[in-house]
Amino acid sequence: MAILVGKDTRVVVQGITGKEGSFHALQCKAYGTKVVAGVTPGKGGQKVEDIPVFNTVEEAVKETGANCSLIFVPPAFAGDAIVEALDAGIELIVCITEGIPVKDMLMVKHYMLKNYPKAKLIGPNCPGVITPGEAKVGIMPGHIFKRGSIGIVSRSGTLTYEASYQLTQYGLGQSTAVGIGGDPVHGLSHKDVIAMFNEDPETEAILMIGEIGGTAEEEAAEYIKAHVKKPVFAYIAGITAPPGRRMGHAGAIITGGKGTAQAKMQALREAGVHVIENPAFIGRTVAEVLGRI
Amino acid sequence: MKLHEHQAKEILKKYGLPVPEGRVAFSLQEAYQVAEELGEFPLVVKAQVHCGGRGKAGGVKLVKNMEELQQAVEGMLGKVLKTFQCPDGKPVSRVWIEKATNIEKEYYLSITLDRSVSKPILMASAEGGMEIEEVAKEKPEAIIMFHIDPALGLMPSQARKIAFRLGLPVNEFVKTALALYKAYMDLDASLVEINPLVLTREGNLVLLDAKVELDDNALIRHKDLEELEDLTQLDPLEVEAKRYNLNYIKLDGNIGCMVNGAGLAMTTMDIIKLAGGNPANFLDVGGGANVEQIANAFRILMADENVKAVFINIFGGILRCDRLAQGLIEAAKMVDIKVPVVVRMEGTNVEEGKKLLKESGINFITAEDMWDGAKKAVELANRGG
Repeated sequence: MAILVGKDTRVVVQGITGKEGSFHALQCKAYGTKVVAGVTPGKGGQKVEDIPVFNTVEEAVKETGANCSLIFVPPAFAGDAIVEALDAGIELIVCITEGIPVKDMLMVKHYMLKNYPKAKLIGPNCPGVITPGEAKVGIMPGHIFKRGSIGIVSRSGTLTYEASYQLTQYGLGQSTAVGIGGDPVHGLSHKDVIAMFNEDPETEAILMIGEIGGTAEEEAAEYIKAHVKKPVFAYIAGITAPPGRRMGHAGAIITGGKGTAQAKMQALREAGVHVIENPAFIGRTVAEVLGRI
Repeated sequence: MKLHEHQAKEILKKYGLPVPEGRVAFSLQEAYQVAEELGEFPLVVKAQVHCGGRGKAGGVKLVKNMEELQQAVEGMLGKVLKTFQCPDGKPVSRVWIEKATNIEKEYYLSITLDRSVSKPILMASAEGGMEIEEVAKEKPEAIIMFHIDPALGLMPSQARKIAFRLGLPVNEFVKTALALYKAYMDLDASLVEINPLVLTREGNLVLLDAKVELDDNALIRHKDLEELEDLTQLDPLEVEAKRYNLNYIKLDGNIGCMVNGAGLAMTTMDIIKLAGGNPANFLDVGGGANVEQIANAFRILMADENVKAVFINIFGGILRCDRLAQGLIEAAKMVDIKVPVVVRMEGTNVEEGKKLLKESGINFITAEDMWDGAKKAVELANRGG
C-alpha cells in the first residue's frame, strides 16, 4: 500500500444498482480491487454479478468487513449517503457524485469533523483514488496508470490522466494518484494528501495539479515549505481564465482578485516547488529533475 | 445563477428585510403605472442588469416628476448598458423603480462561503458603496469578518458586536443580519451582498442595493428560483450550450477549443496562450459525452464568427477516443467546416479513434501531443485571420 488504498481496502459501493454505480463497481473489481458489497436501500438481497447488495451500509460493513465506501448516489441524496457511511464506521469515503448542493456538503463536513475526526473523505465531484496494481477506487481508466514512485494529487480528472500518461512515457510510475475534486467544500485537501505522501516510503516525489480559485494551493505551499523534503512539482491550470467566471468546476472561479494562477505559482515557487508552466512538459520536467533522462 | 436586484429585493422583503418600496417595469407604460402606485416623487429608476458599476454608467437616475421619469426610463429600456465591470455591456429589458431614500451613511454587509475553512463568512464595513475588493486592498482593517458555525447559525450576540463596532442601531442591525443569514441558507445562496446598507436620516436601516447569487447545484430543489433566470444577460451561445449540457464560456480569442474535463479544458486554453494564440472559448464536453453532444458542441464552436481554427484536445478515459471520432465525423456532416480543425487524442481506444478519423476522408489535422496541437492551431489561425 502506498497511501489511502491498497490490497487491504475492502470497498462497499453506495448506489451500486444505478447505471454508473454498477458499471464502475465492476470496472474496479476487474482492476483487482476488493469490491465486497453494494448498497441500495430496498434492494438488499440482490446481487450485481457476484457482489451482494445490502439495504444499509451498516449491514454491509457487518456482513463483509467493508472499510471503504465508493459513492455514486445522485446529488440530492449524496450528502445523506456520506453520513450513512460515517455512521457505519467507514473511515475512507470516496464520493464521485457531481453537483451536490454546497450547503449539503457544508453540513456534512462539519458533522464529520465533529463526530468522526479520523474519517477521510475524498471528493465529491472527483475521479477517486488509485494505487496502481493494488486498488482502484474510482472512475479513472486503470490502464493509464503504472506502479511507481510519484505521488499525484489533483483537483481535476482528465488532467490527472494526462499527467500520469506523460509520466509513464518517461518510465515514471505512480505510488498513488488522488483526485480530490473540484467542489468548493470537499474532503481531503492538497495539503492533507501531500502530508501523506511525505510520510509514505514508496513515494519519491510529489506532483500536485491545481487550478484557479480558493487558496488550497497556497496553503499547500506553506506546508511544503515547512515540512516537505521530497521533490515537489506543480502545475496550475487556468492562467488564462477570466475573473468571475466559473470554469467548469464549481470551485474554479477567480473572485475579488483572489485565486489567480499567478498567485498560486508564485507561492509554490517561494516554497521551493518546481512549477511547470507548459502542461505538455509535465512528464519531461519531472524526469529531468529526478535525473531519469 | 445570478438574480436581478429587483428579484433579490422582492425575495428579501419576504424575510422581513427593510427594502425600499418599489416595483419592476418592463415598459414605459408600466413605469408610469408604478409611479402612480408609489404615489410620490422623488423616485429612483435603476436599470436591471447583471453587472456592477451601474451608477457611474448612467444606470441609476433620481427623478422628480413624470417627465424626468419618462426620460430616465426611455434612456435605459432597450439599450445596452456598458459599465467598467462589463465593457461589452448588458441589455436592459426592465427597470426597478423605488421610493428615494434619505441617506445618512452607507455601510457594507455580505455573507458568502469561505472555502478555506468551509464556513459561511459575514463581512461588514462602514465603507459602504465602494467595491469590497477596493476596501480590502486599501483599508483592510475597515472590514469586520466573522465566520459562522453552520450547525449553530448566526447568533444575536455575534451580530450585536458588529453593530456596536459600526455604530449602527443595534436591534435593527441584529434583526437584519439574522434575517439575511436565514435567507442565505434558505435560498442556497452562494452570495448575498448588500452594498450599500444605508442608515437613513430618519435613523432606520435600508437595503439600498441587493445582490444575490445562487448555488447552481442547489437549483434542483428551488425550481421557483430557477425560473427567475434572465437569459438575456448571458451570451446566446452559452445559453444554447447549456441546453445540451455542455459547459461553454465564450472568450475573445480566435481559436475554438473542445476538450473533455474542466481541468484539461482550462489547460488547453493556457497552452494555446503559451503557443502565442488566444482561445475563443472554454468548452468541456464532459466525461460521458455522446455523439449528439459532440456534434452540437462542434456546431456551437463554429457559430462564433471569430473562430479561425479549432483545437480538439481529448484524453480518452470514460469518453473513449473512438466515440469522440464518431461524434466528430457526424458533426462534420451536419456543420459546414470553414476553418482548419486540429485533433489531439490520447487514452482509451486511441488507435481506433485515429483510424476512424483517417478513413472518414474529412480533412482533420492530427497532432502528436498537446503542444504540437496548440502550435499547429495557432499557426493555422494566424494564417486564416
